[in-house]
Amino acid sequence: MKIAILGFGSVGQGVASVIAQKSLGLTVTGIADSKSGVIDNAGISLAEALERKRTTGRCGSPGISAMDVIRMADYDALVEVTPTNAQTGEPALSHIRAALECGRHVVTSNKGPIALAFQDLQSRAARKGVQLRYEATVCGAVPIFHLLEHGLSGNRIIAIHGVLNGTCNYILSRMDAEGLTYDQALVEARELGYAEADPTYDVRGIDTAIKLVILANAIWRLNAHLSDVEVTGIDNLTPEALRLADEQGMTIRLIGEAIPEKGLLRVSPRIIEWDHPLVVHGTLNAVTIETDLAGPLTIVGKGAGSIETASAVIGDLLFIRDCYVKGA
Amino acid sequence: MKLEMKDTPGQLVNALKPISDAGGNIIAIVHQREPQTSKETIDVQVVVELAEKRLPDLLELFKRHGIHVQRIGKERLVHRRSLIMIGHIMHTDLSDTVDQIDRTGFAEVSELSMVMPEIQEPSTARITIKSRSESDMASALDILRRVAKRKDLLIVEPLEEMR
Repeated sequence: MKIAILGFGSVGQGVASVIAQKSLGLTVTGIADSKSGVIDNAGISLAEALERKRTTGRCGSPGISAMDVIRMADYDALVEVTPTNAQTGEPALSHIRAALECGRHVVTSNKGPIALAFQDLQSRAARKGVQLRYEATVCGAVPIFHLLEHGLSGNRIIAIHGVLNGTCNYILSRMDAEGLTYDQALVEARELGYAEADPTYDVRGIDTAIKLVILANAIWRLNAHLSDVEVTGIDNLTPEALRLADEQGMTIRLIGEAIPEKGLLRVSPRIIEWDHPLVVHGTLNAVTIETDLAGPLTIVGKGAGSIETASAVIGDLLFIRDCYVKGA
Repeated sequence: MKLEMKDTPGQLVNALKPISDAGGNIIAIVHQREPQTSKETIDVQVVVELAEKRLPDLLELFKRHGIHVQRIGKERLVHRRSLIMIGHIMHTDLSDTVDQIDRTGFAEVSELSMVMPEIQEPSTARITIKSRSESDMASALDILRRVAKRKDLLIVEPLEEMR
Protein backbone atom coordinates (compact mmCIF):
# COMPACT_ATOMS: atom_id res chain seq x y z
CA MET A 1 0.00 0.00 0.00
CA LYS A 2 1.20 3.51 -0.80
CA ILE A 3 1.08 6.26 1.80
CA ALA A 4 1.91 9.95 2.09
CA ILE A 5 3.10 11.55 5.32
CA LEU A 6 2.28 15.15 6.29
CA GLY A 7 4.31 16.44 9.21
CA PHE A 8 7.86 15.27 9.68
CA GLY A 9 8.45 15.98 13.35
CA SER A 10 8.71 13.42 16.12
CA VAL A 11 5.74 11.29 15.03
CA GLY A 12 6.32 11.59 11.26
CA GLN A 13 9.95 10.59 11.62
CA GLY A 14 8.92 7.76 13.96
CA VAL A 15 6.49 6.42 11.34
CA ALA A 16 9.13 6.74 8.59
CA SER A 17 11.83 4.98 10.60
CA VAL A 18 9.52 2.09 11.53
CA ILE A 19 8.52 1.67 7.86
CA ALA A 20 12.21 1.80 6.87
CA GLN A 21 13.17 -0.84 9.44
CA LYS A 22 10.31 -3.32 9.07
CA SER A 23 9.00 -5.04 5.97
CA LEU A 24 5.41 -3.96 6.39
CA GLY A 25 4.58 -3.65 2.70
CA LEU A 26 4.17 0.13 2.97
CA THR A 27 5.65 2.45 0.33
CA VAL A 28 5.92 6.19 1.02
CA THR A 29 5.29 8.28 -2.09
CA GLY A 30 4.99 11.73 -0.56
CA ILE A 31 6.29 13.58 2.51
CA ALA A 32 5.81 17.21 3.53
CA ASP A 33 6.80 19.28 6.54
CA SER A 34 5.98 22.94 7.17
CA LYS A 35 8.79 24.14 4.89
CA SER A 36 9.22 21.56 2.14
CA GLY A 37 7.99 18.46 0.40
CA VAL A 38 9.01 15.48 -1.71
CA ILE A 39 7.02 13.31 -4.11
CA ASP A 40 8.22 10.09 -5.74
CA ASN A 41 5.53 7.70 -6.85
CA ALA A 42 8.09 4.89 -7.17
CA GLY A 43 8.85 5.21 -3.44
CA ILE A 44 10.91 7.74 -1.47
CA SER A 45 14.13 6.58 0.17
CA LEU A 46 13.19 7.03 3.82
CA ALA A 47 16.78 6.81 5.03
CA GLU A 48 17.65 9.74 2.77
CA ALA A 49 14.59 11.76 3.81
CA LEU A 50 15.37 11.22 7.50
CA GLU A 51 19.01 12.20 6.94
CA ARG A 52 17.98 15.29 4.96
CA LYS A 53 15.65 16.34 7.78
CA ARG A 54 18.40 15.82 10.36
CA THR A 55 21.00 17.86 8.49
CA THR A 56 18.93 20.59 6.80
CA GLY A 57 15.74 20.68 8.88
CA ARG A 58 13.76 19.95 5.70
CA CYS A 59 12.41 16.70 4.35
CA GLY A 60 12.41 17.81 0.69
CA SER A 61 12.35 20.80 -1.65
CA PRO A 62 10.94 24.17 -0.57
CA GLY A 63 8.83 24.34 -3.74
CA ILE A 64 6.57 21.42 -2.74
CA SER A 65 3.80 22.02 -0.19
CA ALA A 66 1.62 19.69 1.86
CA MET A 67 -1.33 20.44 -0.46
CA ASP A 68 0.85 19.52 -3.47
CA VAL A 69 1.56 16.15 -1.85
CA ILE A 70 -2.15 15.62 -1.10
CA ARG A 71 -3.23 16.41 -4.68
CA MET A 72 -0.32 15.15 -6.76
CA ALA A 73 1.22 12.12 -5.07
CA ASP A 74 -0.05 8.61 -5.78
CA TYR A 75 -1.13 7.12 -2.43
CA ASP A 76 -3.90 5.07 -0.82
CA ALA A 77 -3.74 6.55 2.67
CA LEU A 78 -2.64 9.89 4.06
CA VAL A 79 -0.80 10.02 7.39
CA GLU A 80 -1.59 13.41 8.96
CA VAL A 81 0.84 14.01 11.83
CA THR A 82 1.42 17.78 11.80
CA PRO A 83 1.44 19.66 15.15
CA THR A 84 -1.92 19.95 16.92
CA ASN A 85 -3.81 23.20 17.06
CA ALA A 86 -6.62 22.74 19.55
CA GLN A 87 -8.39 26.01 18.64
CA THR A 88 -8.63 25.77 14.86
CA GLY A 89 -7.42 22.27 14.04
CA GLU A 90 -5.38 23.79 11.21
CA PRO A 91 -3.56 23.08 9.03
CA ALA A 92 -4.45 19.44 9.69
CA LEU A 93 -8.19 19.99 9.25
CA SER A 94 -7.72 21.30 5.68
CA HIS A 95 -5.24 18.51 4.90
CA ILE A 96 -7.66 15.82 6.04
CA ARG A 97 -10.63 17.33 4.21
CA ALA A 98 -8.60 17.62 1.01
CA ALA A 99 -7.38 14.01 1.18
CA LEU A 100 -10.89 12.70 1.90
CA GLU A 101 -12.17 14.78 -1.01
CA CYS A 102 -9.59 13.00 -3.21
CA GLY A 103 -11.06 9.70 -2.00
CA ARG A 104 -8.07 8.69 0.13
CA HIS A 105 -8.06 7.00 3.52
CA VAL A 106 -6.70 9.14 6.37
CA VAL A 107 -4.80 8.13 9.49
CA THR A 108 -4.00 10.85 12.02
CA SER A 109 -2.44 11.43 15.43
CA ASN A 110 -3.73 14.99 15.37
CA LYS A 111 -6.20 15.70 18.19
CA GLY A 112 -7.29 19.13 16.93
CA PRO A 113 -9.34 18.15 13.87
CA ILE A 114 -10.77 14.99 15.50
CA ALA A 115 -11.93 16.87 18.60
CA LEU A 116 -13.28 19.84 16.61
CA ALA A 117 -14.87 18.29 13.53
CA PHE A 118 -15.35 14.57 14.12
CA GLN A 119 -18.86 14.38 12.72
CA ASP A 120 -18.07 16.44 9.66
CA LEU A 121 -14.93 14.43 8.86
CA GLN A 122 -16.64 11.09 9.42
CA SER A 123 -19.50 11.96 7.12
CA ARG A 124 -17.09 13.18 4.43
CA ALA A 125 -15.17 9.89 4.72
CA ALA A 126 -18.41 7.88 4.55
CA ARG A 127 -19.56 9.78 1.45
CA LYS A 128 -16.32 8.92 -0.31
CA GLY A 129 -16.29 5.35 0.99
CA VAL A 130 -12.95 5.75 2.73
CA GLN A 131 -11.68 5.28 6.29
CA LEU A 132 -10.71 7.95 8.80
CA ARG A 133 -8.71 6.45 11.66
CA TYR A 134 -7.30 8.26 14.69
CA GLU A 135 -5.97 5.63 17.10
CA ALA A 136 -2.90 7.74 17.97
CA THR A 137 -4.97 10.73 19.17
CA VAL A 138 -5.77 9.17 22.55
CA CYS A 139 -3.31 7.31 24.80
CA GLY A 140 -0.50 7.06 22.23
CA ALA A 141 0.48 3.43 21.86
CA VAL A 142 -2.61 2.04 23.61
CA PRO A 143 -4.97 0.62 20.95
CA ILE A 144 -8.12 1.86 22.65
CA PHE A 145 -10.24 2.44 19.55
CA HIS A 146 -9.41 -0.95 18.07
CA LEU A 147 -10.40 -2.50 21.39
CA LEU A 148 -13.66 -0.55 21.54
CA GLU A 149 -14.63 -1.13 17.91
CA HIS A 150 -13.58 -4.72 17.48
CA GLY A 151 -12.69 -6.52 20.69
CA LEU A 152 -15.70 -5.10 22.51
CA SER A 153 -18.16 -4.89 19.65
CA GLY A 154 -21.58 -6.01 20.85
CA ASN A 155 -20.97 -4.46 24.26
CA ARG A 156 -22.70 -1.32 25.41
CA ILE A 157 -20.08 1.06 26.74
CA ILE A 158 -21.43 2.45 30.01
CA ALA A 159 -18.59 4.66 31.15
CA ILE A 160 -14.99 5.63 30.51
CA HIS A 161 -12.51 6.66 33.17
CA GLY A 162 -8.96 7.44 32.20
CA VAL A 163 -5.57 8.77 33.07
CA LEU A 164 -5.04 10.38 29.68
CA ASN A 165 -2.16 12.80 30.21
CA GLY A 166 1.35 11.53 30.94
CA THR A 167 2.67 14.91 32.08
CA CYS A 168 0.05 15.23 34.83
CA ASN A 169 0.49 11.64 35.86
CA TYR A 170 4.24 12.08 36.11
CA ILE A 171 3.86 15.20 38.30
CA LEU A 172 1.32 13.50 40.61
CA SER A 173 3.44 10.33 40.83
CA ARG A 174 6.43 12.41 41.92
CA MET A 175 4.47 14.52 44.41
CA ASP A 176 3.23 11.27 45.84
CA ALA A 177 6.43 9.24 45.96
CA GLU A 178 8.81 12.02 47.02
CA GLY A 179 6.55 14.55 48.71
CA LEU A 180 7.57 17.16 46.11
CA THR A 181 5.57 20.34 45.69
CA TYR A 182 3.71 20.84 42.42
CA ASP A 183 6.33 23.37 41.26
CA GLN A 184 9.24 21.06 42.06
CA ALA A 185 7.65 18.14 40.24
CA LEU A 186 6.89 20.36 37.25
CA VAL A 187 10.52 21.54 37.02
CA GLU A 188 11.63 17.92 37.11
CA ALA A 189 9.13 16.95 34.40
CA ARG A 190 10.43 19.80 32.22
CA GLU A 191 14.05 18.75 32.67
CA LEU A 192 13.17 15.24 31.57
CA GLY A 193 11.27 16.51 28.55
CA TYR A 194 7.90 15.28 29.88
CA ALA A 195 6.47 18.79 30.18
CA GLU A 196 6.56 21.60 27.67
CA ALA A 197 7.93 25.08 28.37
CA ASP A 198 4.33 26.25 28.69
CA PRO A 199 2.62 23.37 30.49
CA THR A 200 -0.77 25.09 30.81
CA TYR A 201 -2.44 22.88 28.24
CA ASP A 202 -1.46 19.72 30.15
CA VAL A 203 -1.66 20.73 33.83
CA ARG A 204 -4.95 22.61 33.55
CA GLY A 205 -6.55 19.45 32.21
CA ILE A 206 -7.26 20.78 28.69
CA ASP A 207 -5.34 18.01 26.91
CA THR A 208 -7.22 15.40 28.94
CA ALA A 209 -10.52 17.13 28.13
CA ILE A 210 -9.77 17.08 24.38
CA LYS A 211 -9.06 13.34 24.53
CA LEU A 212 -12.25 12.81 26.50
CA VAL A 213 -14.21 14.65 23.79
CA ILE A 214 -12.63 12.43 21.12
CA LEU A 215 -13.53 9.28 23.09
CA ALA A 216 -17.08 10.44 23.82
CA ASN A 217 -17.75 11.38 20.20
CA ALA A 218 -16.25 8.17 18.84
CA ILE A 219 -18.04 5.87 21.29
CA TRP A 220 -21.42 7.51 21.77
CA ARG A 221 -21.53 9.97 18.85
CA LEU A 222 -22.29 12.69 21.41
CA ASN A 223 -21.14 15.53 19.17
CA ALA A 224 -19.51 17.00 22.27
CA HIS A 225 -17.20 20.01 22.32
CA LEU A 226 -14.39 21.01 24.59
CA SER A 227 -16.68 23.58 26.21
CA ASP A 228 -19.02 20.76 27.32
CA VAL A 229 -16.34 19.32 29.61
CA GLU A 230 -16.12 20.45 33.22
CA VAL A 231 -12.37 20.86 33.72
CA THR A 232 -10.24 21.21 36.86
CA GLY A 233 -6.46 20.90 36.57
CA ILE A 234 -3.76 19.77 38.97
CA ASP A 235 -1.89 23.08 39.29
CA ASN A 236 -3.42 23.96 42.66
CA LEU A 237 -2.78 20.63 44.37
CA THR A 238 -0.63 20.70 47.49
CA PRO A 239 1.75 17.97 48.72
CA GLU A 240 -0.40 17.88 51.88
CA ALA A 241 -3.39 16.78 49.78
CA LEU A 242 -1.47 13.72 48.62
CA ARG A 243 -0.30 13.06 52.18
CA LEU A 244 -3.82 13.26 53.61
CA ALA A 245 -5.03 10.90 50.89
CA ASP A 246 -2.13 8.54 51.54
CA GLU A 247 -3.12 8.27 55.23
CA GLN A 248 -6.26 6.51 54.05
CA GLY A 249 -4.58 4.23 51.52
CA MET A 250 -5.44 6.57 48.66
CA THR A 251 -3.65 8.78 46.19
CA ILE A 252 -4.69 11.50 43.73
CA ARG A 253 -4.78 11.21 39.94
CA LEU A 254 -6.16 13.44 37.19
CA ILE A 255 -9.12 11.48 35.85
CA GLY A 256 -11.08 12.07 32.67
CA GLU A 257 -14.59 10.74 33.13
CA ALA A 258 -17.43 10.22 30.66
CA ILE A 259 -20.77 8.78 31.75
CA PRO A 260 -23.41 9.70 29.14
CA GLU A 261 -26.29 8.32 31.24
CA LYS A 262 -25.54 11.00 33.82
CA GLY A 263 -24.66 13.60 31.22
CA LEU A 264 -21.19 13.69 32.75
CA LEU A 265 -18.04 14.83 30.97
CA ARG A 266 -15.53 15.81 33.59
CA VAL A 267 -11.79 16.17 34.09
CA SER A 268 -10.74 16.56 37.72
CA PRO A 269 -8.15 15.44 40.24
CA ARG A 270 -9.69 12.59 42.21
CA ILE A 271 -8.93 10.64 45.34
CA ILE A 272 -8.44 7.02 44.33
CA GLU A 273 -7.36 3.82 46.12
CA TRP A 274 -3.72 2.88 45.78
CA ASP A 275 -4.58 -0.53 44.40
CA HIS A 276 -7.04 0.76 41.79
CA PRO A 277 -6.04 -0.33 38.26
CA LEU A 278 -6.07 3.31 37.08
CA VAL A 279 -3.27 4.20 39.49
CA VAL A 280 -0.30 3.99 37.13
CA HIS A 281 3.10 5.58 37.57
CA GLY A 282 5.33 7.93 35.64
CA THR A 283 4.11 9.02 32.23
CA LEU A 284 1.92 5.97 31.66
CA ASN A 285 -1.69 6.27 30.51
CA ALA A 286 -4.57 4.03 31.59
CA VAL A 287 -8.22 3.73 30.63
CA THR A 288 -10.99 1.78 32.29
CA ILE A 289 -13.88 0.94 30.00
CA GLU A 290 -17.07 -0.13 31.72
CA THR A 291 -19.21 -2.38 29.56
CA ASP A 292 -22.46 -4.29 29.96
CA LEU A 293 -21.16 -7.70 28.86
CA ALA A 294 -17.44 -7.73 29.57
CA GLY A 295 -17.64 -5.73 32.81
CA PRO A 296 -14.80 -3.33 33.49
CA LEU A 297 -11.59 -3.53 31.47
CA THR A 298 -8.46 -1.51 32.09
CA ILE A 299 -5.77 -1.01 29.50
CA VAL A 300 -2.41 0.57 30.38
CA GLY A 301 0.45 1.76 28.18
CA LYS A 302 2.69 4.52 26.95
CA GLY A 303 0.79 7.67 26.06
CA ALA A 304 3.48 9.46 24.11
CA GLY A 305 6.80 9.05 22.34
CA SER A 306 7.86 9.00 18.73
CA ILE A 307 7.94 5.22 18.15
CA GLU A 308 5.04 4.51 20.53
CA THR A 309 2.78 6.92 18.67
CA ALA A 310 4.05 5.51 15.37
CA SER A 311 2.87 2.11 16.60
CA ALA A 312 -0.72 3.37 16.70
CA VAL A 313 -0.42 5.02 13.27
CA ILE A 314 1.07 1.88 11.72
CA GLY A 315 -1.69 -0.22 13.34
CA ASP A 316 -4.32 1.96 11.67
CA LEU A 317 -2.54 1.82 8.31
CA LEU A 318 -2.26 -1.96 8.30
CA PHE A 319 -5.89 -2.29 9.39
CA ILE A 320 -6.94 -0.15 6.42
CA ARG A 321 -4.71 -2.11 4.06
CA ASP A 322 -6.03 -5.47 5.24
CA CYS A 323 -9.70 -4.49 5.24
CA TYR A 324 -10.13 -1.82 2.59
CA VAL A 325 -7.30 -1.61 0.05
CA LYS A 326 -7.58 -4.24 -2.66
CA GLY A 327 -4.39 -5.65 -4.11
CA ALA A 328 -2.23 -3.55 -1.79
CA MET B 1 -34.41 -0.91 67.94
CA LYS B 2 -36.43 -2.54 70.65
CA LEU B 3 -37.96 -5.92 69.85
CA GLU B 4 -40.58 -7.91 71.69
CA MET B 5 -40.74 -11.69 71.35
CA LYS B 6 -42.21 -14.77 73.01
CA ASP B 7 -40.25 -16.06 75.97
CA THR B 8 -39.56 -19.49 74.52
CA PRO B 9 -36.27 -21.19 73.63
CA GLY B 10 -34.83 -20.31 70.24
CA GLN B 11 -36.69 -17.04 69.93
CA LEU B 12 -33.60 -14.84 70.17
CA VAL B 13 -31.88 -16.62 67.29
CA ASN B 14 -35.16 -16.38 65.42
CA ALA B 15 -35.13 -12.63 65.92
CA LEU B 16 -31.54 -12.08 64.90
CA LYS B 17 -31.56 -14.14 61.73
CA PRO B 18 -33.67 -11.64 59.75
CA ILE B 19 -31.06 -8.98 60.48
CA SER B 20 -28.30 -10.89 58.73
CA ASP B 21 -30.75 -11.95 56.00
CA ALA B 22 -31.40 -8.26 55.30
CA GLY B 23 -27.66 -7.59 55.05
CA GLY B 24 -27.45 -5.90 58.43
CA ASN B 25 -24.60 -5.91 60.89
CA ILE B 26 -25.40 -6.43 64.59
CA ILE B 27 -23.37 -4.05 66.73
CA ALA B 28 -24.87 -4.70 70.17
CA ILE B 29 -27.58 -6.74 71.86
CA VAL B 30 -29.08 -5.97 75.23
CA HIS B 31 -31.24 -8.78 76.56
CA GLN B 32 -32.30 -8.36 80.14
CA ARG B 33 -34.73 -10.65 81.94
CA GLU B 34 -36.85 -9.10 84.56
CA PRO B 35 -37.57 -11.89 87.07
CA GLN B 36 -40.58 -10.20 88.60
CA THR B 37 -42.51 -9.76 85.45
CA SER B 38 -45.45 -11.96 84.67
CA LYS B 39 -45.25 -11.12 80.97
CA GLU B 40 -45.03 -14.01 78.54
CA THR B 41 -42.85 -11.99 76.24
CA ILE B 42 -39.34 -10.60 76.58
CA ASP B 43 -37.85 -7.39 75.31
CA VAL B 44 -34.55 -7.24 73.43
CA GLN B 45 -32.71 -4.14 72.31
CA VAL B 46 -30.44 -4.42 69.29
CA VAL B 47 -28.20 -1.92 67.56
CA VAL B 48 -27.97 -2.68 63.86
CA GLU B 49 -25.98 -1.19 61.04
CA LEU B 50 -28.04 -1.40 57.88
CA ALA B 51 -28.30 0.43 54.57
CA GLU B 52 -31.31 2.69 54.83
CA LYS B 53 -33.11 1.23 51.84
CA ARG B 54 -33.02 -2.25 53.45
CA LEU B 55 -34.95 -1.16 56.53
CA PRO B 56 -38.42 -1.92 55.09
CA ASP B 57 -37.17 -5.41 54.11
CA LEU B 58 -36.00 -6.04 57.65
CA LEU B 59 -39.28 -4.90 59.17
CA GLU B 60 -41.16 -7.20 56.81
CA LEU B 61 -38.92 -10.13 57.79
CA PHE B 62 -39.52 -9.46 61.49
CA LYS B 63 -43.24 -9.41 60.91
CA ARG B 64 -43.11 -12.79 59.17
CA HIS B 65 -41.12 -14.25 62.06
CA GLY B 66 -43.64 -13.02 64.62
CA ILE B 67 -41.27 -10.49 66.08
CA HIS B 68 -42.86 -7.26 67.21
CA VAL B 69 -40.80 -4.11 66.74
CA GLN B 70 -41.68 -1.83 69.62
CA ARG B 71 -39.48 1.09 68.74
CA ILE B 72 -36.95 2.09 66.12
CA GLY B 73 -34.34 4.33 67.66
CA LYS B 74 -32.23 7.00 66.11
CA GLU B 75 -30.83 5.93 62.81
CA ARG B 76 -27.09 6.10 62.59
CA LEU B 77 -25.37 7.80 59.70
CA VAL B 78 -23.82 4.94 57.80
CA HIS B 79 -22.63 6.40 54.53
CA ARG B 80 -19.27 8.07 54.73
CA ARG B 81 -17.07 9.79 52.23
CA SER B 82 -13.76 11.61 52.55
CA LEU B 83 -12.85 14.57 50.38
CA ILE B 84 -9.91 16.93 50.27
CA MET B 85 -10.27 20.70 50.31
CA ILE B 86 -7.49 23.06 49.29
CA GLY B 87 -7.47 26.85 49.68
CA HIS B 88 -7.90 29.47 52.34
CA ILE B 89 -10.05 27.21 54.43
CA MET B 90 -9.77 29.04 57.77
CA HIS B 91 -10.07 32.56 56.38
CA THR B 92 -13.22 31.65 54.49
CA ASP B 93 -14.94 30.68 57.76
CA LEU B 94 -14.39 26.97 58.29
CA SER B 95 -17.13 26.70 60.90
CA ASP B 96 -19.60 28.07 58.38
CA THR B 97 -18.43 25.51 55.79
CA VAL B 98 -18.95 22.68 58.28
CA ASP B 99 -22.24 24.11 59.49
CA GLN B 100 -23.64 24.17 55.94
CA ILE B 101 -23.44 20.36 56.01
CA ASP B 102 -24.32 19.80 59.68
CA ARG B 103 -27.49 21.86 59.62
CA THR B 104 -29.02 19.75 56.84
CA GLY B 105 -30.01 17.21 59.47
CA PHE B 106 -29.30 14.33 57.07
CA ALA B 107 -25.53 14.62 56.88
CA GLU B 108 -22.71 15.76 59.12
CA VAL B 109 -19.00 16.40 59.08
CA SER B 110 -17.59 13.66 61.28
CA GLU B 111 -13.88 14.24 60.88
CA LEU B 112 -11.56 17.00 59.75
CA SER B 113 -7.77 16.86 59.41
CA MET B 114 -6.15 20.10 58.42
CA VAL B 115 -2.60 21.07 57.49
CA MET B 116 -1.58 24.72 57.37
CA PRO B 117 1.95 24.96 55.99
CA GLU B 118 2.55 28.74 56.11
CA ILE B 119 0.55 31.88 56.69
CA GLN B 120 -0.89 33.13 53.39
CA GLU B 121 -0.25 29.75 51.77
CA PRO B 122 -3.30 27.61 50.95
CA SER B 123 -4.12 25.03 53.56
CA THR B 124 -5.32 21.49 52.91
CA ALA B 125 -7.97 19.55 54.79
CA ARG B 126 -9.44 16.09 54.60
CA ILE B 127 -13.09 16.22 55.50
CA THR B 128 -15.22 13.15 56.17
CA ILE B 129 -18.95 13.42 55.73
CA LYS B 130 -21.46 10.92 57.05
CA SER B 131 -25.00 10.67 55.80
CA ARG B 132 -28.06 8.47 56.12
CA SER B 133 -28.22 7.41 52.48
CA GLU B 134 -26.51 7.69 49.12
CA SER B 135 -28.95 10.33 47.97
CA ASP B 136 -28.40 12.36 51.13
CA MET B 137 -24.67 12.09 50.47
CA ALA B 138 -25.18 13.38 46.94
CA SER B 139 -27.14 16.37 48.31
CA ALA B 140 -24.48 17.05 50.95
CA LEU B 141 -21.76 16.95 48.29
CA ASP B 142 -23.76 19.36 46.15
CA ILE B 143 -23.92 21.78 49.06
CA LEU B 144 -20.19 21.43 49.68
CA ARG B 145 -19.40 22.00 45.99
CA ARG B 146 -21.49 25.17 45.99
CA VAL B 147 -19.85 26.47 49.17
CA ALA B 148 -16.39 25.62 47.80
CA LYS B 149 -17.08 27.46 44.58
CA ARG B 150 -18.23 30.54 46.45
CA LYS B 151 -15.19 30.45 48.75
CA ASP B 152 -12.78 29.57 45.94
CA LEU B 153 -11.77 26.27 47.50
CA LEU B 154 -10.63 23.32 45.39
CA ILE B 155 -12.45 20.09 46.20
CA VAL B 156 -10.85 16.76 45.35
CA GLU B 157 -13.56 14.12 45.34
CA PRO B 158 -13.13 10.38 45.50
CA LEU B 159 -13.62 8.31 42.38
CA GLU B 160 -16.78 6.52 43.48
CA GLU B 161 -18.66 5.69 40.32
CA MET B 162 -16.60 2.62 39.59
CA ARG B 163 -17.15 0.70 42.78
